[in-house]
Amino acid sequence: MLEIKDISKRFVKRLDVAAKIANRLGASAKEEVVHAVDGVSIAINKGEVVGLVGESGCGKSTLGRMVAGILEPTSGEIHYKGNAVAAKTGKDAAEAALQIQMIFQDPFASLNPRMRVEDIIGEAPVLHGIVAASEKVSYVEQVMLRVGLDPEYRRRYPHQFSGGQRQRIGIARALAVKPDFLVCDEAIAALDVSIQAQVINLFMDLRRDLDLTYLFISHDLSVVEHISDRVVIMYLGRIVEVSPTDELFEKTNHPYTTALLNEVPRVEMRGLDYQPISGEIPSPLDPPTGCHFHPRCLHAMDRCAAERPELREISPGRLAACHLNDDK
Amino acid sequence: MSEIQQTTRDVNPDILLVETPFQRFMADFLEDRVAVVSLGVLIGIIFIALFAPLISPMDPYDLAKVTILNGKLPPGSQSMDGVTYWLGTDGAGRGLLSSIFYGLRISLGVGVASAVVALCIGASIGLVAAYYGGRTDTIIMRIVDIQLSFPAILVALVLLAVLGKGIDKIIIALVIVQWAYYARTVRASALVERNKEYVEAATCLALGDRRILFRHLLPNCMPPLIVVGTVQTAHAISLEATLSFLGVGLPITEPSLGLLIANGFEYMLSEKYWISFFPGVALLITIVSINLVGDQLRDILNPRLQK
Repeated sequence: MLEIKDISKRFVKRLDVAAKIANRLGASAKEEVVHAVDGVSIAINKGEVVGLVGESGCGKSTLGRMVAGILEPTSGEIHYKGNAVAAKTGKDAAEAALQIQMIFQDPFASLNPRMRVEDIIGEAPVLHGIVAASEKVSYVEQVMLRVGLDPEYRRRYPHQFSGGQRQRIGIARALAVKPDFLVCDEAIAALDVSIQAQVINLFMDLRRDLDLTYLFISHDLSVVEHISDRVVIMYLGRIVEVSPTDELFEKTNHPYTTALLNEVPRVEMRGLDYQPISGEIPSPLDPPTGCHFHPRCLHAMDRCAAERPELREISPGRLAACHLNDDK
Repeated sequence: MSEIQQTTRDVNPDILLVETPFQRFMADFLEDRVAVVSLGVLIGIIFIALFAPLISPMDPYDLAKVTILNGKLPPGSQSMDGVTYWLGTDGAGRGLLSSIFYGLRISLGVGVASAVVALCIGASIGLVAAYYGGRTDTIIMRIVDIQLSFPAILVALVLLAVLGKGIDKIIIALVIVQWAYYARTVRASALVERNKEYVEAATCLALGDRRILFRHLLPNCMPPLIVVGTVQTAHAISLEATLSFLGVGLPITEPSLGLLIANGFEYMLSEKYWISFFPGVALLITIVSINLVGDQLRDILNPRLQK
């Protein structure tokens, strides 16, 4: 349903006039380029829940924002239902944009504090002609019920709600335009653990009832394990491993994934000493050569520093980018 | 349904008891006595300005009633036809109290009109600069910098020398001098707001740039704008008074407070102080009360200053 082809996002800090003059005079100021996302390709099938996991700064949110149409990719293409998203214009583009909606991390920043709930939820559907302006109230009430909010609260402002309720309002806002695809960017990370479970259950109910597809971005592997069908692991802007969830948690392939999984606290591992991944995550301004993970990898070889490993199929449905797989 | 009941319960009961934001705002405002008094004075001044023709003892610009024989009467004196001039009269025999009432009308009118127009223009330009960023932002903000680096009075003088006299012209001049303050203020808060997720959500919902700018960003940039608007209104009034005093502002047929002060200035040294003095006091009270109200607004609306 959604196909991302070799997509990249670079953030460039251009030289200002002062730096340009300094360069003329012999200084060597360079443009700073961050490869937030570097040549990523994934295909997501209809009805699937794909978990996107990685440390902070690995580009997972940037990827999610490109999928949701908030950021434009620097290069590469996103195809949705067979059509390139970027090629559409005008009304088609707006309609296509509505198909993919995003749920945000911060339930406090993601709602406009000066708007009433009914306007937050009802603005876009009325504007895009999904419902008539006269039916806005009943439509909003229906959507609020759908996400477990009392429709009586529709005249309130966001600050009058708790974090979990605000997140439900954010979900209602996205659902109101009848999307098929939701990008959830750390959508439960800011909530209390007890509320997290409620919201996850809501996501799963919606998936079943409305036939939704999810890209679920999280740094929390235990949540991803619980809800996703497939997991994509990113490191410094690149995908290192793609695997069906159960297979991944049975046996990891990429050393980075192994290290990540070891960090998830589990009841049966009580009393164990955790072995954090050695070293800091490198600066994306100046990523390591070859495999980005090699300075922290336990199995690093000479080749890892020289050559970028390709993402290859290692078994049906499983992909990994690691030179270790070549020996097998 | 059980889920709904559950979410109903986790509403914070305190939040429900607290009044609307406006009520809270008023409660905060009323805490400072100085601000309350200034607000009262300001409301009085606005009332006088609005109803000047009804409450003035005389129409100072009705030539049939003004006689030069009543000229330069000191405060509190009676004219030959038995009218008491509490603040005295000017050189042409106009009662100063009435002149001040009419002058307030013009001064406040010019100040508020130019502040409102400058706010609309400046806020739109500032929003555009912050939202689109990049080259648009650079060009707009460099123009703002250049504008703000010239003294306002100098720019206004040059503009009025070119445009000529008249209420419309002085408003144009004041708008050109002041829009940059609003642009800078709005840009600063819009830069912060623009990166919040609700703006991204609006983009994702394909709401369109104009709607996002004016329905989503602008309302969230209002608090600092209101404060700057109040202070700049006071500034516009004093700037207009200065320009009128210098003789480039309003024509003599539309006398503002500044013009009244200028008219009396020549008598200052001949002990007829009141012709300049009372319009000056009126101007002072107006500007100080607006500024005090503005200060209190800033204190309330700036979250960093809140206890």
